[in-house]
Amino acid sequence: MSSRIPLPYSPVVLEYFRNPKNVGRMENATVQSTAGSPACGDMIRLYLRIEDDLIVEATFESYGCAANIAAASILTEMIKGKTLKEAWEIKWNDISDKLGGLPPIKYHCSILAVGALKRAIRTYYNEVRKEVPDWLPKNLSTEEKQTMEEEELIERMYSRVPKSSGAENGK
Amino acid sequence: MPPKEVYFDLENSGYVPDDVVDVMLPYFNKRGYGHPAITHRLGWEALDLIIGTKELVAKTLNLANPENLVFTHSGTEANNLAIQGYLIANRDKLRGKKVLVSSIEHLSVIFPAQFVSELLGLEVIKVPVDKEGFVDPEVLKYYVDRDVGLVSIQLVNHEIGTIQKLRDLIEVVRDRNPDVVFHTDASDAYGRVRIDLRDLDVDMMTLSSHKIHGPRGVGVLYVRDGVRIEPILRGQLSVEKLWPGVELTPLIAGFRKAVELAFNNFEENVKYLTSLRDKLLNGILNSVSDVVLNGPSGDERAPDNVNVAFKYVEGEALTIELSGYGVYVSSGSACSSRFLEPSHVLLAIGREYELAHGSILFKVSRYHKGEDIDYALEVLPKAVDRLRTLSPLTPRRA
Ligand SMILES: Cc1ncc(COP(=O)(O)O)c(C=O)c1O
Repeated sequence: MSSRIPLPYSPVVLEYFRNPKNVGRMENATVQSTAGSPACGDMIRLYLRIEDDLIVEATFESYGCAANIAAASILTEMIKGKTLKEAWEIKWNDISDKLGGLPPIKYHCSILAVGALKRAIRTYYNEVRKEVPDWLPKNLSTEEKQTMEEEELIERMYSRVPKSSGAENGK
Repeated sequence: MPPKEVYFDLENSGYVPDDVVDVMLPYFNKRGYGHPAITHRLGWEALDLIIGTKELVAKTLNLANPENLVFTHSGTEANNLAIQGYLIANRDKLRGKKVLVSSIEHLSVIFPAQFVSELLGLEVIKVPVDKEGFVDPEVLKYYVDRDVGLVSIQLVNHEIGTIQKLRDLIEVVRDRNPDVVFHTDASDAYGRVRIDLRDLDVDMMTLSSHKIHGPRGVGVLYVRDGVRIEPILRGQLSVEKLWPGVELTPLIAGFRKAVELAFNNFEENVKYLTSLRDKLLNGILNSVSDVVLNGPSGDERAPDNVNVAFKYVEGEALTIELSGYGVYVSSGSACSSRFLEPSHVLLAIGREYELAHGSILFKVSRYHKGEDIDYALEVLPKAVDRLRTLSPLTPRRA
């Protein structure tokens, strides 16, 4: 565990980590999405309540490092009250900028947060509205692509190690 | 500032107590600051310190000849000197042969073994361990044949505290191939697990000062007579035959003091560490649900090591959360590593990625008091609970 020291985080990241906003699962969510996986050590689940095209409520759950929690939390604040089209315009670096910067190896946390958002928006139009607006690109956005790549990478690495240790499972 | 600070991150680097610092300072400007080989008072004092420290260390190891010990600048350097130095010095007879390391060795063993082996045309093989980190002698037997040149298996694992049954392993190796040179990294054993070189038939052994509350920057390599190794640094040789440059006498003075302190009351120290370890571990198991111990328990575990996985939370987040309370630990999570890979030790014992990510290492020391453990146990459930309420993985109990 020698080289695994927490990174220097901006005060904004630490503040959102300690006092995250909009936490928890939402029972009456219109749509939910997940990005990342437990195996990655980073996973965000996003819940949106949508009325017409407006995000009226957004909450999240996060399994991951401080940057992951902070990115998900600030994202929910940024999208609340926005139309889906406006929310779609958010890029991963908007998140890291708002957080006062992230260490480069933590960029993927803001990518994951935006990846979750874009997945949720797609799911909403595909599965809830069943009608896709013209402005929604057919091709995956950068964040959706990178989120998928990270999930696939860990899946590949995971398959190299024995999944079950035969180790006792807690108490 | 948190109300209290408790430092458990002793694996990464240790706390150096005042009485160790105090003996170091005069060696910068009052005594023994001369070149150890030069014939004047300040050189003699330096030489005296180096020789005296080796004598002391030799005594703690039951080693007859202190000259079999060489100082280096760190445990990392001692491991590199052992592995690279041996392979390079014996490259002709070793060409095409194999180097065996356990799959949970410190990276300062694994990396030099891989690097030099590739240069010299050798093959590195990682010997698997069981789910508690033990190399099984029966398994090792299978790996040791006439083509093995060097074996390196640590005495105590730095992350999960496994005390390897080294005598059995050495016996297997000697029996299968008497030409093998056996190195052990004892950095995390020294001062906490008894080492008797009359009894433990190793050819090379590594120690590190800051693992026993000495200063960083001193390592020791024991090299048995007849084992040929090359220096890995080139330059003017001074007192050391394998390490050029002027010895770091102030740090060696601190190391000597740290050795004295660790061995003055060895048995009591170990008993005390064990009691703190068990208090912390049992406290965690009793106050937090869904916790898994990494590594063995009881006498098979290093007396200072507590390593547990907290399910549903990620280790780096927990480390930072605990830091807010003044409790400083390290984690096996991949989160600060560039490659998304958690600790190779935890993966080698078959821990699932999720559990490896949620693993936290505490090391207790004789400078901890019972109340430090109490404080850690008071804040830990709060820290884990808060992160679990955020986590989508936490089962919702209706
Ligand atoms: C088992 C083991 N070997 C070697 C080392 C390296 O020692 P140093 O920090 O003195 O370079 C460490 C320290 O992290 C260790 O735990």
